[in-house]
Amino acid sequence: MMNDRSLVQIAFYAALIAALGLLPKVAIPVMGGVPITAQTLGVMLAGVMLGPVRGALAVLLFLFLVALGAPLLAGGRGGLGVFASPSVGFLVGWPIGAFVAGLIMQKTGSLRVLPAAAIAATVGGIGIVYLIGIPGVAFMADLPLMSAAIGSAAYIPGDLIKVAITAVVAETVARGLPRALLSRA
Amino acid sequence: MISLYLPGQSWLHRCPVRLKLLCLAIASLLIFPISDPRLLGIVLIVVVGLYGSLGPQGLRQLKALKPLVSLVVIIFLLHIVAGSWLEGVTAVLRLVVMVLLANLVSITTRMDDMMEAVMPLFAPLRLLGMSPRKPALAVTLVLRFAPVLLSVYSSLREAYQARSGRRTSWRLMAPFLLQSLAMSENVAEALSARGGADGLRQDKA
Repeated sequence: MMNDRSLVQIAFYAALIAALGLLPKVAIPVMGGVPITAQTLGVMLAGVMLGPVRGALAVLLFLFLVALGAPLLAGGRGGLGVFASPSVGFLVGWPIGAFVAGLIMQKTGSLRVLPAAAIAATVGGIGIVYLIGIPGVAFMADLPLMSAAIGSAAYIPGDLIKVAITAVVAETVARGLPRALLSRA
Repeated sequence: MISLYLPGQSWLHRCPVRLKLLCLAIASLLIFPISDPRLLGIVLIVVVGLYGSLGPQGLRQLKALKPLVSLVVIIFLLHIVAGSWLEGVTAVLRLVVMVLLANLVSITTRMDDMMEAVMPLFAPLRLLGMSPRKPALAVTLVLRFAPVLLSVYSSLREAYQARSGRRTSWRLMAPFLLQSLAMSENVAEALSARGGADGLRQDKA
């Protein structure tokens, strides 16, 4: 299954996650002073568009580049340092979230793309990511789970916007370039 | 391609990559359980000293902490709310030390060397009938795609600005993905036309 096309697609979505992190913040509105980066939009898109395995591999490839020393995380962060920072749980949650999002896209084949992508991005891109990210913050920063959850909640409104964008983009691609929606292929 | 790497000839630059990674892993395991803020303070001084040993431009690399500042403040405040400012100090010191230490390896190691050092991790791919060099090809593709994607986006953005007067919009996301996906299909075809990723396996054998 790792033919040339799969390899290129995995690399493409890894690059998309990188490019979305490098875009100026204005690409997406700022909610209540919390800056929203588009990077997790890329994670949601990778899962929704590529399906579970390739989606997760694309995110892992992106994280691998970050670990090698490419400052590709939003704000120009990168290197091994980010894996020692409190937000490491979210980074670990990304590939798993993409996997779950891709799985949901596959299993909801009878649903239209727009609602299916919205559900997939919400469960995978928010639910799973926070499920792993919040205990990560609690562990790394030695905080009670509740405090870590409150500290992380500020980002949820921004993530909901990204869910909406993911759903609209997936629907548009499904119409304009159906074969690119590999999770439904 | 941009990288965190700080060109130089220091002792840490010359140190073998795998040794650096091993020391980092051991140091992290030893530092994480420390709960005495004084001891962590001493460790922090040692780590800053290591940055200093790279010369003045080494100390400037402490800027790696800048994106962490707001996070560290929030964590400290949450600790105060939870009841103990001393635990807050400990947690923050521990985080700063661990991030700085890991970052030290990244700024003194070239990306190519890092890639070379972790290549053996991909050897099991051979069991799946895949070339262990595929991840390296994938990394190269990402590094090539990322700037192309940015330029596709910026030309869409400029056209949008000319039409609407506004700088950018989330509405660009769908055409951005459609255009760049079409481009990626050309790359896949070009790769296959040149023998494909499996060509790697042949020249390895």
